[in-house]
Amino acid sequence: MLLPPEPSVTEHRSWPDESPIVSLKDVHKSFGSFEVLRGVSMDVRKGEIVCIIGPSGSGKSTLIRCINGLTPIHQGSITVEGQEVNDAKLDKLSLRRKVGIVFQQYNLFPHKTVLENVMMAPLKVLREPKAEVEARARALIAKVRLTGKEDAYPGQLSGGQQQRVAIARSLAMRPDVMLFDEVTAALDPETVKEVLVTIKELATEGMTCILVTHEMGFAREVADHVYFTDRGVIVEHGSPAQIFGAAQDPRTRQFLSQIL
Amino acid sequence: MLELISPLFRELYDRTGLNFTVFYERYEYDRFVGGASVSLQLIFWSLLLSLIIGVLGAWSQNSQSRALRICADAYIQVFRNTPPMIQLLFFYFGLGAFTPAFDMGGYSQPIISAFGWAVLSLGIFGGAFNVEIFRSGLEAVPASTLEAAESLCFTRWQTYIYVSLPLAFRISLPALTNNLVSLAKTTSLAYVISVPEMTYVLNQVWSDNVNVPEMMWVLFLFYVGVITLLSYGLHALERRLALPGYGR
Amino acid sequence: MSRRPFQLDPRLLVSGRVLSALDWRHGAALLVMFAASLTFASAQSAAAPPATPSALATLATWTPHILRGFVLNLVMSFLAMALATVLGIGLGLMQISPSRLLRLPARFFTLLLRNSPWLVILFAIMYFLPIEIRIPGGKPIEFPDWLKATLAFSLPVAGNVSEILRGAVNSIPTGQWESADGLAFTRAQTLRWIILPQCIRRAIPPWMNWYALLTLSTPMASIFSVHEAVWNAQSSMEAAGARPELLLPFYLFLLCLFFIYIYPIAICTRKLERKYAVAT
Repeated sequence: MLLPPEPSVTEHRSWPDESPIVSLKDVHKSFGSFEVLRGVSMDVRKGEIVCIIGPSGSGKSTLIRCINGLTPIHQGSITVEGQEVNDAKLDKLSLRRKVGIVFQQYNLFPHKTVLENVMMAPLKVLREPKAEVEARARALIAKVRLTGKEDAYPGQLSGGQQQRVAIARSLAMRPDVMLFDEVTAALDPETVKEVLVTIKELATEGMTCILVTHEMGFAREVADHVYFTDRGVIVEHGSPAQIFGAAQDPRTRQFLSQIL
Repeated sequence: MLELISPLFRELYDRTGLNFTVFYERYEYDRFVGGASVSLQLIFWSLLLSLIIGVLGAWSQNSQSRALRICADAYIQVFRNTPPMIQLLFFYFGLGAFTPAFDMGGYSQPIISAFGWAVLSLGIFGGAFNVEIFRSGLEAVPASTLEAAESLCFTRWQTYIYVSLPLAFRISLPALTNNLVSLAKTTSLAYVISVPEMTYVLNQVWSDNVNVPEMMWVLFLFYVGVITLLSYGLHALERRLALPGYGR
Repeated sequence: MSRRPFQLDPRLLVSGRVLSALDWRHGAALLVMFAASLTFASAQSAAAPPATPSALATLATWTPHILRGFVLNLVMSFLAMALATVLGIGLGLMQISPSRLLRLPARFFTLLLRNSPWLVILFAIMYFLPIEIRIPGGKPIEFPDWLKATLAFSLPVAGNVSEILRGAVNSIPTGQWESADGLAFTRAQTLRWIILPQCIRRAIPPWMNWYALLTLSTPMASIFSVHEAVWNAQSSMEAAGARPELLLPFYLFLLCLFFIYIYPIAICTRKLERKYAVAT
C-alpha cells in the first residue's frame, strides 16, 4: 500500500530556535471578583512539550485559553512569536492561525462529515484551493488513523475518534503551536490511549505542544517541562524528573500523592 | 386537462345532479385554476417572508442593542396575541388607506395590492412565531462549538453563516414545520380582504352556480391536499437534515 | 438546568427570554401605536368640515357598542372551548382505544380537523347546518348564526385536544400500565385512576394555548354578520360616515382589546409551562 505523503505539520515559519515561541509575563485574569490567574509567567521554546498540571479550579484551562486570545487577560503580557496577544490592534486571525486548540468536548461541527470538518477552516477562512486542502485533509485523517471514516458524521463516532478528528481539524490550519485543554478528560478509559498516542506522535515530530492534563503518566513520559499550578499561580516547574521525583513545594507533593 | 375530465364530470352532473362546474365549464375551470395558483403563490411568499423575518428577528433578539431586543420582543408579543384576521384588516384597510396610489390611466392603482398586503400581513404574523423558534434553535447550539469555530479563525459572520445558522435551522426544523403548516392554513383568511385565492374564488363559484356542497368538497380536498404535501415535504427535509448520531 | 446539546429545549421555545419585568412594554408598544394613530386621525379630522366629530370622539361614542360585541366573542370562546374539550376528550379516548373500529375513525377525524383551515370549517358549518333542528314531538331547536360559528370554532380545537390527550397518554411510561395491571386494575380503571390524573398536568398549558388561539379566531364570525366586536366596529364606522381616517384607530382599538384579554393568558400559560417543565 502506498502511504500518503506525510503532512508538513512540523514545517514552521521562520522562528528562531533560541527565543521562546510563547511567552507569558505576570498574567492576571479575574472573573468578577474572583481572581483566576494571579501573576503567571512561563516561556515555551519551539518544539518543546509543556504539561500543565494541578488541582481543578487552579486556572489551568483559563491559562491555556488566554494563549490564543479566547479569554482576554487583565494585566501582564502574552506573546506568541513575538506578537502581543492582547494588543487591541492585533489581528486575532493571524494569531489563531499560529495557535491551534483542541477542547475537552471535541466541539466538532455535527452537521459536517469528518472530511468537511477538517477542510472547512482552510477552505472558508484561508481560501486555499480545494484540491490542495482535500489532499492535506485526507493525509491528516490518515495520520490520526481514521482512514475510512472520512464521510462519517461526528455523532456516529466514539469520543476518542471525535477527539482525533478535532486534532486533525486543528492541524489543517498548519499551526506552529498546539494547545490541548484536558483533551482526554471526557473520554472512556479505553479510548484515552489512542488520543495520547496521536499527541505523542505529534510531539516527536517537533510540534510545540502545551497540554493541560490529568494523565500524569503521559506527562512524565512525554513532557520536556512540567508546570504545577495551584490557585492561580505557578507553584513550581521543572523537568518531569524534578517534579514527579523530587518536588520541592509541599502543595505539589500533596497533589501528587493524592493523584498517583 | 379540462378536455380530459370534462366529459366525466358533465356525465356525473347529468346522472346524479352533482354539479362540479369547475371541472367541466371552461369559465369556471379557469377561475378554479386561477384561485389555486393565487393560493399557492400566497402560501409560498407568506412562508418565505415569515422565514426571513424569523432569521432577522432571532438575530436582533441576540443583538447587543437593548432597544433592538425590546423591539423584537414587543413585535413577537403583539403579533402572537392578536387575531390574525384583524391584523389583515388593519394592514389592508388601516394602513392601505395611507399608502400612495398612482394613476393608471383612468383608475388609481395602490402601490401595494390586496395580494401584497396579504403576504405582508400573514408573513409578519407567522414571522412572530418563527423568531422564537429560530432563537431557541440558536440557543441550542452549544457555546463551545462556536468557540471552536472562533479558534479556527472564523469571523463572527462566518461562524453565523457556516455554523450557527445551519445548526439552528436543523434543530428548529420540527417546530418550524408545525408553524409553517399552520401558517399555510391561515392564508385562507386573505378571503376577508378579497384576495382571489381558493376560498374566495370557490365562494364566487358557488354563489353563481348554487352548488355549495360540491364546491365545499373541492375546497376541503384542495387544502387537505396542499397541507398534506407541504407537511410531507417538510418532514422529508427534516429526515434528510437530521444531525446524524443525535437522535431525538 | 441541564441542556442537551443540539436539541430544541421546549422550555426555551415556550418561555422565551422575556422577563416578567419587561412584560408591560409589549402592551405599551401597542398602546403607543394606538394613541399615535388617534392623534393622527384627530389631526386629519381637524382639516375636515367643522361639524365632523374628531376620530377620538367617534370612537368614544361607539366604544360601548364594540365592547358589547367583544362580550359575544368571549361567550363564543367559552362555549366553543367547553364543547371542544368534551368532543376532544371523546375523540382522544377513542384514539387510544385498543379497538381498531374506534381508533381508526377517530384518527381520521382528528387528522381532518387538524389539517383543515378554520375558515373552511366555518364555511362548511355555516352552510350545512340547518337553521333549526326539529325533534319529533318537541319544539324546534333554533340555531342562530353565532351558535353555529361557535360550533365551527370548536371543531379544529377538538381535533387538537384529542391529539394533546393522545400525546399525554403516550408520554406516560409503560411501567405505569404494567404495575396497574399487576394490581389487577381493569383498563378503564387504570385510565381513570392512574393514567389520566398524570396527564392533566401536562395537558393544561397546551389546552390554554388552544383557548387563546380559539379566542383569536372568533372574529371570523363577522364574515357571517355575527354581531361580535369586528362586525360592530365595522358597522360603527359605517354609521359614523365611513371616514377613511377612522379605519386605523378602530382596527387598532380592536387589536388592543384582544391583546389586553389574551396577553395575561399567554403569560400564565408560559409560567405554567415553565413550572411543569422544570418539575418533570
